[in-house]
Amino acid sequence: MAAVPASEARPLVTVARALNRALHDALAEDPSVLVFGEDVGVNGGVFRITDGLTREFGEQRCFDTPLNEAGIVGFAVGLAMNGMRPVIEMQFDAFAYSAFEQIVSHVAKMGNRTRGQVRLPMVIRIPYAGGIGGVEHHCDSSEAYYAHTPGLYVVTPSNPADAYALLRDAIRSPDPVIFMEPKKLYWAKGEASFGEVLPGIGKAVVRREGTDATLIAYGSSVPIALEAAEAAAEDGRSLQVIDLRSLVPLDDETLYAAVRATGRAVVVAEASGFASVASEIAARISENCFHTLLAPVRRVTGFDIPYPPPKLEHFQLPSVDRVLDAVDDLQWDES
Amino acid sequence: MTRRKPETLLPTATPICFIAADGSLAARSADEVPPVAELLKAMRGLVEARRFNKLASALVRQGRLAVYPSTHGQEACQVAAVQVLDADDWLFPTYRDTTAVVARGVDPAEALTLLKGDWHTGYDPHQYKVAPQATPLGTQLTHAAGVAYAAVLRHEPTVVMALCGDGATSEGEFHAALNFAAVFRAPVVFLVQNNGYAISVPLSRQTAAPSLAYKGIGYGVPGAIVDGNDVAALLHVLGEAVRQARAGGGPQLVEALTYRMEAHTNADDATRYRDAAEVKAWEPRDPLLRLETYLRATGALTDEIMAGFVADAEAIARRTRAELNRDVTPDPTDLFQHVFDTPTPQLAAEQRMLLDELARDAEGA
Repeated sequence: MAAVPASEARPLVTVARALNRALHDALAEDPSVLVFGEDVGVNGGVFRITDGLTREFGEQRCFDTPLNEAGIVGFAVGLAMNGMRPVIEMQFDAFAYSAFEQIVSHVAKMGNRTRGQVRLPMVIRIPYAGGIGGVEHHCDSSEAYYAHTPGLYVVTPSNPADAYALLRDAIRSPDPVIFMEPKKLYWAKGEASFGEVLPGIGKAVVRREGTDATLIAYGSSVPIALEAAEAAAEDGRSLQVIDLRSLVPLDDETLYAAVRATGRAVVVAEASGFASVASEIAARISENCFHTLLAPVRRVTGFDIPYPPPKLEHFQLPSVDRVLDAVDDLQWDES
Repeated sequence: MTRRKPETLLPTATPICFIAADGSLAARSADEVPPVAELLKAMRGLVEARRFNKLASALVRQGRLAVYPSTHGQEACQVAAVQVLDADDWLFPTYRDTTAVVARGVDPAEALTLLKGDWHTGYDPHQYKVAPQATPLGTQLTHAAGVAYAAVLRHEPTVVMALCGDGATSEGEFHAALNFAAVFRAPVVFLVQNNGYAISVPLSRQTAAPSLAYKGIGYGVPGAIVDGNDVAALLHVLGEAVRQARAGGGPQLVEALTYRMEAHTNADDATRYRDAAEVKAWEPRDPLLRLETYLRATGALTDEIMAGFVADAEAIARRTRAELNRDVTPDPTDLFQHVFDTPTPQLAAEQRMLLDELARDAEGA
């Protein structure tokens, strides 16, 4: 990691601003980068992530398309086949489903089916998950569909610094990246020094050191895990927090080292728990850290229900209390 | 963007035809028909494609190919679609377009890799400017629009020939591709080989439109309808479409009326859904016979020239058969090496596991 001089000011920016800056810098650096989707042009995207890009780089670099997600993804596949680096926006998680065939059958498989002769350097940005009072079809945690599909990198930032660094990495990747943006965190502020080199795709980071148990989270669940660790500390319990950042590939090494050190693990994720990324992580920990585990791995996830309406959504989201309850369940008396 | 007048987007009332089924001139004058050299080149292509279909079908029966969707009856579309392209143009074929892939210059054995089961795509798409053969219906059409638009952005003169069948026009992707290509004025020629059936489902269940070429007007795309068994008319119509697209005229839609003389694949029984009489009625409209009759009547095609075409086609068939009879043992590490440019640690571990399994099998053997 590059050292940042203490004297250098690290301004507070939002995740939205960091993503906008990443797109801006990528467009400025590489003429093959194209940004397109629905309302991303003059409107700057419904979340304003592409704000100002058409004005600065022109209609040929950042542009609106017809309203058809499968068309947007398929068009990007062709552009990527022919020398471009498309960065496309799916307006909302659930709106991307109409592009599912393109993503699963083509984006994910092109490199493999051509034995590496056609690689698709493209990024599909997907605002995902809830917590913003969105009406139905606007709040799905759809990461498992993509993570389950071989051939796709899947990453998700939890803070502005990662939002910038991971998106720059994703745009430079020779292979397709599903870039999941937790909507709830778009307006979360944090420090970001845009020149800083951070761990790349495939690397998790320890967000908080701790010795008694490990909380594993990603995206919008990271702040919940950190808050829970803070609360537990007041009760004298030291919780470590891992931010996965990259769901594919998963940083098994960091994950196992962390859990082996504490012997206890809770996975925190907003998506429904059945057949989820959280379940995969719990299974991997059980398979690989069994002899150091002092308690079964616990999962704190959304219920296995369609995403609730705004006035009921707080029941679905992982909360600090639920995380602390799960931690309490980790067989402390028996150790 | 200037909008076109609706009447300029509509197809002709009847399919464009230059050479009638009996080989006689159907064009207003012989001047309309493409030059003899073009037609002789097409004749060679038709003979090679027909021979290739016969060979591939035989290879299925011998267990050398897993499956082969034949283009028997559709060879004129296959040959013309490729003949009108320049070297830097792209071809987007479907699973039923192996003869077009071979006509484009892809090594026949490489072209058959998919159907043989050794790998998904056997050729380098960039080398030949031929996309992998598409199995899902219509999904390659939006890719074609994207490839074409990349060329527009770089001011390259590339045109993309995108193939699909009548069934695929019902897919959402067909709509998306025509719409995107039209909005971005991407130089794509969409060639729909309307062979009357999507496996067993007749065209009447795909559309209530007057014809598939009429679908163009809804997107602002000119539509043309052509006799798909008349290679002379196809060369003219597709050649004109390619010129229009290359000159900045945006995408073009061409519907070619043709017929699949064989079943969908060797696994299909076409007698379940179409009459022998119907198939029989298409025999006299055969694209090879038609061009041969015409060219012989004009004196351009002699026995000697034809014998040369046949001999060359036989030689290709012989080489292809020899290549296909060679047993290739696919490399299992290929399973993990190309999923990503650099295998993830997890894939590397899975590869080690499989190789270890194979090593133990070898020891035990």
